[in-house]
Amino acid sequence: MSGTKLTPVITEYWDDAKPWSIDSYRSHGGYSTLKQSLETDPDDVIATIKDSGLRGRGGAGFPTGMKWSFVPQNDGKPHYLVVNADESEPGACKDIPIMLANPHALIEGVIMTCHAIRAHHAFIYIRGEVPHPIRRVHQAVAEARAAGFIGKNILGTGIDLDVVVHGGAGAYICGEETALLDSLEGLRGQPRLKPPFPAVAGLYASPTVVNNVETITSVPYIIRNGVEWYRGFGTEKSPGFKVWAVSGHVRRPGIYEAPLGITMRELLDYAGGIREGHELKFWLPGGSSVPMLTADHLDTPLTYEDMVEAGSMLGTGTPMVFDETTSVVKAITRWLEFYKHESCGKCTPCREGTYWITGTLEKFQGGFGQEKEVDELVELCNQIMGRSFCALGDAAATPYPGALKYFRSEFTDALTQPPDDLFSPSATMVIPSPAGVAG
Amino acid sequence: MSTTSHEATGSDTPTVKMITGTIDGTDVTVPEGTMIIRAAELMGVEVPRFCDHPLLDPVAACRACLVEVEGMPKPQPSCAVPLGDGMTVQTQLTSEVADTAQKGVMEFLLINHPLDCPVCDKGGECPLQNQAMSVGRPESRFTGQKREFPKPINVSSEILLDRERCVSCARCTRFAEQIAGDPFIALLERGAQQQVGTGEEPFDSYFSGNTIQICPVGALTSEEYRFRSRPFDLVSVPTTCEHCASGCSMRTDYRHENVMRRQSGDDPEVNEEWNCDKGRFAFPYLQLERLATPLVRENGQLRRASWPEALRIAADGLAAARSRTSVLTGGRLTMEDAYAYARFARVGLGTDDIDLRARAASDEETDFLSGEVAGSCGPVYRELESAPAVLLAALEPEEESPIIYLRLRKAARAGTKVFSLGPFASQGLEKMAGSLVECVPGDLATQLDQLDDETAAALSQPGAVILLGERAATEPGAFAAMSRLVQRTGAEWAWVPRRAGERGAIDAGCLPGLLPGGRPLTDETARQEIASLWGIDPDELPATAGRSLTATVAQIHADAKAASEAGEEEEFSPELAALLVAGVEPDDIPNADQFLTALDSVPFLVSLETRPSEVTARADVVLPVAVVTEKSGAFVTWEGRRRPFGTVMPQPTSFTDAVVLALLSDYMDLATPPREVDDLRTELGNLGAWQGSRVSPADVPAGSAQQPGSGEAVLASWRYLLDLGTMQEGEPHLAGTRKPAVVRISAATAAANGVEAGSRVRVSTDTGAITLPVELTEMADNVVWLPLNSPDSQVLVSLGALPGDTVRLERGDV
Repeated sequence: MSGTKLTPVITEYWDDAKPWSIDSYRSHGGYSTLKQSLETDPDDVIATIKDSGLRGRGGAGFPTGMKWSFVPQNDGKPHYLVVNADESEPGACKDIPIMLANPHALIEGVIMTCHAIRAHHAFIYIRGEVPHPIRRVHQAVAEARAAGFIGKNILGTGIDLDVVVHGGAGAYICGEETALLDSLEGLRGQPRLKPPFPAVAGLYASPTVVNNVETITSVPYIIRNGVEWYRGFGTEKSPGFKVWAVSGHVRRPGIYEAPLGITMRELLDYAGGIREGHELKFWLPGGSSVPMLTADHLDTPLTYEDMVEAGSMLGTGTPMVFDETTSVVKAITRWLEFYKHESCGKCTPCREGTYWITGTLEKFQGGFGQEKEVDELVELCNQIMGRSFCALGDAAATPYPGALKYFRSEFTDALTQPPDDLFSPSATMVIPSPAGVAG
Repeated sequence: MSTTSHEATGSDTPTVKMITGTIDGTDVTVPEGTMIIRAAELMGVEVPRFCDHPLLDPVAACRACLVEVEGMPKPQPSCAVPLGDGMTVQTQLTSEVADTAQKGVMEFLLINHPLDCPVCDKGGECPLQNQAMSVGRPESRFTGQKREFPKPINVSSEILLDRERCVSCARCTRFAEQIAGDPFIALLERGAQQQVGTGEEPFDSYFSGNTIQICPVGALTSEEYRFRSRPFDLVSVPTTCEHCASGCSMRTDYRHENVMRRQSGDDPEVNEEWNCDKGRFAFPYLQLERLATPLVRENGQLRRASWPEALRIAADGLAAARSRTSVLTGGRLTMEDAYAYARFARVGLGTDDIDLRARAASDEETDFLSGEVAGSCGPVYRELESAPAVLLAALEPEEESPIIYLRLRKAARAGTKVFSLGPFASQGLEKMAGSLVECVPGDLATQLDQLDDETAAALSQPGAVILLGERAATEPGAFAAMSRLVQRTGAEWAWVPRRAGERGAIDAGCLPGLLPGGRPLTDETARQEIASLWGIDPDELPATAGRSLTATVAQIHADAKAASEAGEEEEFSPELAALLVAGVEPDDIPNADQFLTALDSVPFLVSLETRPSEVTARADVVLPVAVVTEKSGAFVTWEGRRRPFGTVMPQPTSFTDAVVLALLSDYMDLATPPREVDDLRTELGNLGAWQGSRVSPADVPAGSAQQPGSGEAVLASWRYLLDLGTMQEGEPHLAGTRKPAVVRISAATAAANGVEAGSRVRVSTDTGAITLPVELTEMADNVVWLPLNSPDSQVLVSLGALPGDTVRLERGDV
């Protein structure tokens, strides 16, 4: 069995009767050190998070404490905390479960973070297509307000804080932090030109910290248990625990909380391994926007730095696992269709590039590709990569070259034969489709 | 407005920090903050671009301008990254990375572009076409299905949008939001479906045509020009706009003998790269029915005549009425033609009865224009931009001088505080983030005197400017009150006329008592200077100040009355025996009926006109003259800046007013005055500025607003930019973008008069009535506003009233 143990922290009491209730959270120590934390000098809170080495869990892994310290102080402007809960990445499903099962840890994190960055107004921007967490976080905010953790003069500390839960309108681009801010301001969600960065001029042109749900949810545990405890998890450069959401062709897909540095082989073990009678074909460490890896990388530690070394990225830390029944051509096409649909249209490479690439890949679906197009698609990806306005274009340009590296023959096969003929759609289905419906 | 005004602000110019970077191996020193793309331009390196526009905020959306910057992992958009000190940049000329990136973007831009260049209006002058040729691949690799849209859609009655041609550069939408302040077009949808569109409202902007000009593809076109011509068939001539005193630099494009379109010129000191839709689209009037030959009256009917015959009759008639002729020039002449009139009146006709104002005017204004405005040069556009505060009095820039509006909006976005004395906060004022200082018509002078301390303090800052509109002429005491406010605050000031020719005509001496170059008729030195310039004896100049238009009309009526009283037996000699009228539109004059009956009864009427009009219909001799495209000359802006322009389409058979006046002089056996534009300009220029004393305006007591009784209100009114003006005729699509005429009253005034939201209001006088839908407006009570010259709302004609007069008000749909 695995050498790395599961370390449920955020997920510790998800098997309580109502883990999302304030009573459940408080029975596990939640809010117990809030007053003390609010009485701590804000700079000390920032220092604690800096020392903990907590890195952003939204995908980029930027050091959280450092991001907080960029907020200019005594500038006379209001400061804002915006929680990015617009989890929309194909394959990523960790923030939504966290908000469903442990919303109060998120809220306590929001309160502590606002204290640290001297914000009196926080926004939780939740993906619009998922009404359940929106309702649940609304409810939790109401509970926290009733308990005196949100509002005027919190716990007698003289600190005021208001928390607004905002539902998006359904756009992947709004997970990009500046597009999220535009959307929150009531504008059309499109990324902003940087500089200025949000820490200087973010929401309503005021200093703003934008953090991922999991990042903020980690904060109260770090504050409560200390830097040393936190650094006891993970590696030097990637300390801490992480909520891994494993999906795909595994026996027990789901949430596994374990330290950074765990390997995919270990996570696969916890997830019960590949489906009975099948073998691993490829996997992605964190969403569709990171390059795919194969069985050769199963023992590479899942850390920010090791994944880059291996030619991929940790991303959101939500591994997708595919077995040999999967058509790479179809998987890549699905993702590109997604990026084409979600491209905001602002910049040329992403808008036109995804349109072109998707059109070509759709020809491959029918077995009508042309040989020169196999490599032409790489050139098109290169014409997007690093030239688009924001990371959405880079994400769209990532899957194809990675897939071609390991599975070129599947694309050349698709020049003459539809992938559906080569890979039975029903064989790859995790949940069998109803009779008569092809995959 | 003084000769020393420029020194006051010049010394405060902040020092600009210069930095040096390297582009393609060559050092370039530029002001800090200069974008790489601009710095590259300075050294002759052209980086491709679509979304970039120097007057719009950068968006870095099209990615066509990517360059390699040392130390940065990805190619950078040169339109949005400032050149840094010591920064090393490589453009497509020296960097493989930049070259590949640019070519990639260009290839992408073309995949969804229809490439319908052969039928596209932009073909031949298209940035996409040009840059695809210079940067793009010879052949496209794209073989898929292009995105399609139904085409075209109207974003307004004038502007059409072909969405499939659009490259989503957002120049048009950024212009609408950032420059015009009319964000009625925006990008909608996402991905390749992203498109420019409107909401429920059309693209309601006076500046909408600029979006066509800055569109880097053929996505935006005008109803007026669409499919009319190809750029390479056009002859382009730089011109000056004749529509208002903003003085826009323009480009007129013609083919054969027809003007096909007009575009904004590029003049950073005046209109930057913008103009208004009137200037751009209102030119078909030039080609409407023209007067082809001279006409003379015979047996009560006008008939065609040869030039010699018509000139003979006109010359004889005018010679017989020497010293008893009045000259009305209108406000549309070039400075040179106006000067020819000023000279011909005094030398040829021996009269000082000359008035350029075909509008409401006053003696007080005559003194002000003669004493303070003539020959001066005051704050300029750049000073508006840098002014800490600007007060608008009797001036609605967006409607009456749109480029002042654009410049003030730009200034306001950078921090200039705009104040406006008016009855309500207009849309234009709100778009300038301005503050209203509520002022009921008639009350302007009092309000200027009683300006609150806070506003006065803002105007006391160095560089603050007061702009006084021509509507001040109907505000008793306003000019004197403005002088007092200038004394109180030290602010700079300028007078802003509406018509393009007024300022030049003032400088040229087309006012009673005012000789050219700001010289008072009554000043001995001035008389000597002018007499020697004109080669006459000073005593030959009229001795006393002549009549204004108003006095002229009154005199003709008095003559007519005296004649009828004298009876048929007596020999009656009228005080005024002849009128010489240039471009005067009777409907612009208060009491147009009286003006027209004066034209009917004056013994001899000579009209110099371009088109048949109510004046030519009453004339004894009609002499056709050139329209603005057939002549050269200069207009003078509200700043006092001369805007010379050349002939667009020379017409051998078309004479300027100055040439016709010179011909008349010949026929009257007078010395031939200068007739060519260059000679007139030189002569006026040689005169130089007047250094002597000027008319000091009388200290007229400040007027105050009338107190309307029950069922009455004080009339407020000004012109919409797009209205029934005769120079907008012939362009129905432009007319379609006019603002609808409404009556504005406050909710309290509405309630007091039984008017509800959504009902109509009848505004009436003894002359007539206007009934329009009501728009309840936050404004002073007992004031009613309606547009001065719009469809269904011709205030001067229908009401015979002027702003400040009391009118009756009642619910109109009962």
